[in-house]
Amino acid sequence: MSVTSPSETHIPAIQKKASAPGRMQAFADIWLPRLVLSPTVFASLLFVYGFIAFTAYLSFTDSRLMPNYELTGFGQYQALFELDRWWVSAANLGIFGGLFILFCLIVGLLLAVFLDQKIRMEGALRAIYLYPMALSFIVTGVAWKWILNPGLGLEKMVHEWGFPNFSMDWLVDSDMAIYTVVIAGLWQSSGFVMALFLAGLRGVDDAIIKAAMVDGASLPTIYRRIVIPALRPVFFSVLLVLSHIAIKSFDLVMALTAGGPGTSSDVPAIFMYQFSFTRGQLGLGAASAMMMLMTVLAVLVPLIYLESKEAKHGH
Amino acid sequence: MKLKKLTLAILTGTTLLAGTSVANAAEVEVLHYWTAGGEAKSVAELKKMMEAKGVAWKDFAVAGGAGENAMTALKARVIAGSAPTAALIKGPSIQEWGNEGVLANIDAAAAEGKWEASLPPMLTNIMKYKGHYVAAPVNVHRVNWLWVNPEVLKKSGAKVPTNFAEFFDAADKIKKAGYVAIAHGGQPWQDATVFESVALGIGGAEFYKKAIVQLDQATLTGPTMIKTFDTLAKIKTYIDKDAAGRDWNLATAMVINGKAGMQFMGDWAKGEFTAAGKQPGKDFLCVAAPGTEKSFTFNVDSLTMFAVKGADAQKAQLTLATAVMSPEFQEVFNLNKGSIPARSGVSRAKFDSCALKSMDDMDASSKAGSFVPSFAHGMAIDSAKAGAIQDVIAKFMNSNMTSQAAVQALAKAAKTK
Repeated sequence: MSVTSPSETHIPAIQKKASAPGRMQAFADIWLPRLVLSPTVFASLLFVYGFIAFTAYLSFTDSRLMPNYELTGFGQYQALFELDRWWVSAANLGIFGGLFILFCLIVGLLLAVFLDQKIRMEGALRAIYLYPMALSFIVTGVAWKWILNPGLGLEKMVHEWGFPNFSMDWLVDSDMAIYTVVIAGLWQSSGFVMALFLAGLRGVDDAIIKAAMVDGASLPTIYRRIVIPALRPVFFSVLLVLSHIAIKSFDLVMALTAGGPGTSSDVPAIFMYQFSFTRGQLGLGAASAMMMLMTVLAVLVPLIYLESKEAKHGH
Repeated sequence: MKLKKLTLAILTGTTLLAGTSVANAAEVEVLHYWTAGGEAKSVAELKKMMEAKGVAWKDFAVAGGAGENAMTALKARVIAGSAPTAALIKGPSIQEWGNEGVLANIDAAAAEGKWEASLPPMLTNIMKYKGHYVAAPVNVHRVNWLWVNPEVLKKSGAKVPTNFAEFFDAADKIKKAGYVAIAHGGQPWQDATVFESVALGIGGAEFYKKAIVQLDQATLTGPTMIKTFDTLAKIKTYIDKDAAGRDWNLATAMVINGKAGMQFMGDWAKGEFTAAGKQPGKDFLCVAAPGTEKSFTFNVDSLTMFAVKGADAQKAQLTLATAVMSPEFQEVFNLNKGSIPARSGVSRAKFDSCALKSMDDMDASSKAGSFVPSFAHGMAIDSAKAGAIQDVIAKFMNSNMTSQAAVQALAKAAKTK
């Protein structure tokens, strides 16, 4: 559309003469993008929103092994809220999500600020910090499982160095296992957060910083008062990405602790998988999936709202 | 006009796709998760037997997750209306699938092969849905075994235990000698495996049936169950602290390598010992879990038959059921897998001493009424209840929950719908 519109206004004579191909052209311009996009739109309508609706429907039925379409009300939600295991996994999501996002932000921002000091070998360091992102969460989980296993990894190594009182047994401790997931997740994702912040830092106008320097502001003050506030949109994107990584986390926990010891490091995604697919309680699993969706919405909707308000404000 | 053609093309396409399951008549498609070593060899054997009878074999192997992935694939196929001929489904799940109305009646094969006479009555009940055979058993695993490294016991001056008093005496001595007394992997199903052997050893078969199969509330909260949890708590103190999340075969390796003295595990552990070149009776001992000498907890794999269309396909299905129950197949399959045949009348010549003991105990316990389904391996109760109970046991094993609190939680879990 936008490409042809100037020609239409500027040279109407030619357009009139060549009316048949011109109309074809205009027709194609209107319909071609829609035609090209339509498979994607249909696919996401069906496979994302269609299945969300299907899951929502199932959560109101008494489905066991297979879907059952008879509506029975809120029974599954009631059963879900009575289950201790659900609350364990919800609490774990809170612990993991909160700490993971917080530490990723801190570590990522610090790394980015340090890398931004025009140091030597910056490219190599950047690649090293970003590299964990290239691994799948399964690899990260298995590697940290070995590192944190007291009889195999860190604890054994330090014991052999001659510190027999050293103890790092979080992985096999019911109360601490969820924190090992935070460690592994942090290791994996902080480099990515660093890369986002670094890109943001590079986008901050040098002139403002120089002006502040002329005014005699110290480097920490410049970062605190000018640079970091300028990174506000980056914070939004990072929060957006990290919070949904946290809520849907399944593979990392599966590989690292498998929800154990016992069910102490269970998270909602594992809960949903087990109840829907291995215990023949599809309805209950669907209810837990809907609760996860609600959590995602509860986090993302305010974020997106704030960000769009910010964007309008900026313009 | 164009639209009509398109619709026609799509329709033909779908019919062609849907038609494939009916097209090859003398063919059986079998969904299974026997993909590892001895199991894969056993499946190849069944394929050979079927092909000798002129029935083509279409393999539908879905590995991983102890059958969880296979079940997901199966659900998708059944919903799409193209169920395979047979699938590896066991225990109460057969009834769950029966309730969905998708299973085939194979009474004809059962009558011809005289299954009624050659299977223990406990097993025929599991293979039937509403009085009709819908599944054919392949093997019987015994779960209540204790695997012992005699070398470690000798070095610690301990004796092979037959009851829990002797068991804890032996465990003390092994621990004092510097070994791990009980090799264990802290995964929920392994915790459940130990739990059921302890319950059977403490309370006997009647208690086990009442508590774990019938889920009688009074029995679940009674003094015997409290004693079971007390015993379990004591067993916990003999397990090394690195056990959390350890796979069962790594725990077995600890017994094989002489790092640990004993392990509670089903008879699939035998495969690990023999693969390491160890001889039963000499390098390792298989004894019944303490106090369960006269009982037998079984875990039976079975091929469950799905309703198929077409007379030829149905005939091929009956041929499959007959082949699975034939003494020849049951012998070769179970020699490979380490379990014992489900049916009687199979030659005993090639089986080792552990398997022979298992066969004798199966006959004896079947007559005495102490042949009981394994709860930890999905044979006793439906998956929702079993899962909820497993969660309670896993929590008990990994926290300082009291036995009192555990039985209350157990009783609540048993009410899961």
